[in-house]
Amino acid sequence: MPPTINTNATSLHSDSVSADEPKDLAAFSCPVPLPARERILLGHGSGGKLSADLLQEIFLPALGNPVLDRLEDQAIVSVNGIRLAVSTDSFVVKPLFFRGGDIGSLAVHGTINDLAMGGAIPLWLSAAFILEEGLPLETLKRVVESMHQAASNAGIQIITGDTKVVEKGSADGLFINTTGIGRVRDGVSLSASQAQPGDVIIVSGYLGDHGIAILAEREGLEFETQVNSDSAALHTLVASLLEATHQVRCLRDPTRGGLSSTLNEIAASSRVGMELEETAIPVREEVRGACEMLGLDPMYVANEGKLVAIVAPSAAQDALRALQSHQLGKDAAIIGRVISDHPRMVVMRTPLGTTRIVDMLAGDQLPRIC
Amino acid sequence: MKYLDEYRDARIARALAAEIRRRSSRPWVLMEICGGQTHTLMRYGIDELLGDSVDLVHGPGCPVCVTPLEMIDRAINLARRPDVTLVSYGDMLRVPGSATDLFHVKAEGGDVRIVYSPTDAVNLARTLPDRKVVFFAIGFETTAPAHAMAVLHAERLGLKNFSLLVSHVLVPPAIRMLLGSPKNRVQGFIAPGHVCTVVGCRDYEDLVREFRVPIVVGGFEPVDLLEAIRMLVIQLEEGRVELENQYVRSVQYEGNRPAQEAIARVFESADRKWRGIGSISESGLFLKPAYAAYDAERIFDLADICAQEPPECISAEVLLGHKKPTDCTAFGTRCTPDKPLGAPMVSSEGACAAYYQYKRHLVTL
Repeated sequence: MPPTINTNATSLHSDSVSADEPKDLAAFSCPVPLPARERILLGHGSGGKLSADLLQEIFLPALGNPVLDRLEDQAIVSVNGIRLAVSTDSFVVKPLFFRGGDIGSLAVHGTINDLAMGGAIPLWLSAAFILEEGLPLETLKRVVESMHQAASNAGIQIITGDTKVVEKGSADGLFINTTGIGRVRDGVSLSASQAQPGDVIIVSGYLGDHGIAILAEREGLEFETQVNSDSAALHTLVASLLEATHQVRCLRDPTRGGLSSTLNEIAASSRVGMELEETAIPVREEVRGACEMLGLDPMYVANEGKLVAIVAPSAAQDALRALQSHQLGKDAAIIGRVISDHPRMVVMRTPLGTTRIVDMLAGDQLPRIC
Repeated sequence: MKYLDEYRDARIARALAAEIRRRSSRPWVLMEICGGQTHTLMRYGIDELLGDSVDLVHGPGCPVCVTPLEMIDRAINLARRPDVTLVSYGDMLRVPGSATDLFHVKAEGGDVRIVYSPTDAVNLARTLPDRKVVFFAIGFETTAPAHAMAVLHAERLGLKNFSLLVSHVLVPPAIRMLLGSPKNRVQGFIAPGHVCTVVGCRDYEDLVREFRVPIVVGGFEPVDLLEAIRMLVIQLEEGRVELENQYVRSVQYEGNRPAQEAIARVFESADRKWRGIGSISESGLFLKPAYAAYDAERIFDLADICAQEPPECISAEVLLGHKKPTDCTAFGTRCTPDKPLGAPMVSSEGACAAYYQYKRHLVTL
């Protein structure tokens, strides 16, 4: 029998049209997917495009003000001439304990880092707990002890807190919110809107460790060399960098959505393009291997102890040296530069010398990584 | 990374590209079948490297893209049933059906789970004896053995609550249809290396003989693809018409016998609809009557769920290599991965999505 092709569409089955949908489906040129507006999807928490939609469509129209509208990782406000940075973050990572950290230390590091990226010296943290009925006290003790350790290692105190308990099934063990206050260094003003053509893009070390550590733990994946989360407080690294040069335009920590989301945000905010060198981007062999196996791209995998710095070209080497001389930045590398071509787009030069786009993640690569 | 970096070596890749440009006397029209190969070509900018020495067109080999609309609707219907746990590969959740997608059904409370392997779905059925666990089994010959093994495994375990919603397609009937079309302009094919790892090369040899068209079985890394393109160009320049195997480190002529036996034991072929293309005769795998107890389409009443595909999207012509994604007026404007108009834009391995994801800085929208 000869092969046949049949492109004649059969008539639309009337049962598939529900009452509250437009009746004139023929007017659609395609199977239009539902706009992701009707319900919250997991992807809304990914830090990618859906998260940005929530900000633009729900939060900013209702809550917007000049401070919030800047959409930095921290708010910076002035009180009696003193510039304070305020930041808040909730932690819902699953599993609670993983190689290289746990939800407690992560909750401390995460908020310290958001303050530090604004050029602030972190001063105090609050901690709010949402506990699920039935959570073993021993688990809570371990988490709280880990928070204590992380905070005292970072030299800050947790000065206020709150506890709520919800019915079994309404939370996954425990969730933590931390809010931090810090004092912005004099003369320092960092913002995602300040990148300029010619600036260099520096990352402080290997990418993707946290996301892969979480995934390995959750899926029970065994690799020859286990990957540890990079969860760490970055404020002392930032201090070294800012002492070495005043030419830092922007700092960000590439957490959810990975490096690609962070760079796309900066490119959009500064209305500039970016060009990266694929061979310059530091990724551990183990992480590359795990990403290969799982079909992930390290550019989109979360980090919890890395920063991206956009630095004026004249200060590039000073900045790089300052980062590399610190334990948390010893693998820092210049990975690309800011350009005026194709504004708002991040482009990667491949090892073959060709180029491709590094887009923002539409949905989610890995659920609940922080 | 051992066994991968060698095949991404920039020096070798550039040398191969230079040789292709030198040897090619005209822009031969070549098609890679598999979506994974399309993805690599775009990700590494191999089209850029080759200039106009060859005209690369992209084949229908993205299993997510070609899964028919009505099968997505059937999966969505199942996921909405209170007694069903629908298990799927992750990238199927984003694919729009007629009115919604599985991500939204999950958000509405449907029990939708993502796994990396069908074996995980069998294990899930074992741990959830009160749930009807349905695995959404899509793909080409590559995933068929694992799906067959899942059925055999469930049978061995005596599971009564496990079934497959099967939407399997086969590559050779699609190539046959494409070559039989009067609009065909493809002069050489890169056959999908992983499909051939399973089924072997015999079917492709038949295609070479029947249609007098050179085919090279190719791998998925940049050097693999450049080598396969080089082999095709040399054949075409020398006027040879042969089946050649570039992907020797994975593909043997006979393929993987135990995998073929598992497929043959559980599945049989019949006509299957492809999203964006239409029905192709003998191009699908279906569970044999002996395994009806594992066939979700027979267990649940799904036959009434049909769907109409959009008339405007040019996906059929893209999937058959008649047009490039950028020939479409909706590309990158009205049609994006967030709001796909049609099949090739829905998965990252679809030709339109690969162009959009990696190449739109080089095209004027």
